[in-house]
Amino acid sequence: MDKKKMYSNWFLVPALTLFTIFFILPMIISFFFSMTVWNFTDFKFVGFDNFKLFFSENSLNIGIKNTLLYAVLTCGLKVVLALLIAVFLTSGIKSKNILRSVVFFPNLVSTIAIGVTFKALMHPSKGLINKVLEFVGIPGADWLGNTKLALFSIIGTDVWKGVSIATVIYIAGIQSIDRVYYEAASIDGANGWKRFWNVTIPLCRPAMNSVILLAFIGGLRSFDLIWAMTGGGPGFATDVMASIVYKQYAAGFYGLSTAGNVIMFLLIAVLAFPLQKYLLSREVD
Amino acid sequence: MKKKKKCILLGDVFGILGVFLIFVIPFIFMIANSLKERREANLLSIEFPEMPMFSNYLEVFKANNYILITAFKNSALVTAGSVFLMILTCSMAGHVLSRRKDRLTGCINMVVLSGLMVPPAIMPTIWLMQGLHIYKTMHGMILIEVALQIPFTILLYRGFMATIPVEMEEAGYMDGCSRLKMFSRIVFPLLKPVTATVIILNAVTVFNDFTNPLYFLPGTKNATVQLTLYNFMGQYSSSYNLLFADVIIITVPMLILFIIFNKKIVDGMVAGAVKG
Repeated sequence: MDKKKMYSNWFLVPALTLFTIFFILPMIISFFFSMTVWNFTDFKFVGFDNFKLFFSENSLNIGIKNTLLYAVLTCGLKVVLALLIAVFLTSGIKSKNILRSVVFFPNLVSTIAIGVTFKALMHPSKGLINKVLEFVGIPGADWLGNTKLALFSIIGTDVWKGVSIATVIYIAGIQSIDRVYYEAASIDGANGWKRFWNVTIPLCRPAMNSVILLAFIGGLRSFDLIWAMTGGGPGFATDVMASIVYKQYAAGFYGLSTAGNVIMFLLIAVLAFPLQKYLLSREVD
Repeated sequence: MKKKKKCILLGDVFGILGVFLIFVIPFIFMIANSLKERREANLLSIEFPEMPMFSNYLEVFKANNYILITAFKNSALVTAGSVFLMILTCSMAGHVLSRRKDRLTGCINMVVLSGLMVPPAIMPTIWLMQGLHIYKTMHGMILIEVALQIPFTILLYRGFMATIPVEMEEAGYMDGCSRLKMFSRIVFPLLKPVTATVIILNAVTVFNDFTNPLYFLPGTKNATVQLTLYNFMGQYSSSYNLLFADVIIITVPMLILFIIFNKKIVDGMVAGAVKG
């Protein structure tokens, strides 16, 4: 049967046209305009000056550092915490369905709404978190006002919101493991811990790889939670690449903003694509 | 055996307690504060008020000349329009991409997959939209949302197509059915389950989207729900009761959706993530 005749190229045209005009084309154009000073009507070519500025100016290069820290930490925490929650929820407890739903729901709530709520919960003098800490005798902290702490507070909130999607991926992975392996391990005398380490973890590796990639890329691109909770502040302490792109845009430096965007592409090209290749290659053996 | 049962019961108790503390309390906090009087709400405590003030909700709707109503209308329009276009374009593309395995489709698959990872280039997009005279317009926003969700949606359709036997299409082809008819009469109806998933997941994504309207749809006339909430944050920094009333108003549609489509949402997200 002639597949080319049966499945027309025309079916691909609408989707590809939209994707090309509004995604691929801007991406290609961005490499040019990242090397200009630009106000949408005129531009002046300046070579690599925008990139030099990005790496030399402290208020800009902190974004690269913070983006990496944010991506690695949110990804690591989600990978570990979600696995523990998933193992717990598949262990045969009776309330697992309702618990899974409750853990999942934050994923559907708007990020801005979550930002508003956690900003209030983390209020330095009135916030619930500090009040609880005070009650048990630990001095509270200025979660979002302290430059050393603010980024980690947002990372915590991000994990709270995003751990659920990782959890359901793990649950799907764990449930697809054949019970036979566990029975064989039990007969061979493996205890619960050994079964977890030698059966569950290796066999849900594909699920783990999806979680790692998804969380890492999400972390590299994150913007709205940070913008809602601190707006990049105090100072530049919580600025990431995406928030710098927005700030430069708002300030009218369109060329510089585009350069930030290109740096984001490069970060993903250098980190996420090789990571995906590496994870997939390990999956095969 | 008895010991194991006790263990599970203990797990249940700890699980419920932990989940309640970590995942439920923030929502109780939202509801409690949305029902308080202004001064009481600004204390940010979690106690429920003696007299719940449902009038807060009315006040939020009235604020800024009923901006919230406009915002809901705009968000609904963008969501419905973009989800409709996504279904139309991506079901067709996914159909062909799943059935044909040659160099062209291989190339397209790779480009589409990288679209899942790479963030959009924002400034050039704005520049392009200005050139096309669709910047700051609803239809421009719809096209952007569609373009950005195309990779994920094609992936869902392509994955589902692989589970549909090809024989029916072959029979249709032999009987002289045209390709468009074959798709609309035979294939598309079979895609119903994944179309439902596409509708729900993309509707949630587009409705909750904050970043893209911030860039591509500025201006009060075009406010979307998420932008309104963000602006309220600045405006009501000293009236937490109204701020949280707005948060609840925005969260409730999602809660209703989740209660009805719980399984579909969870399964769809897992399918989309694992195949990507």
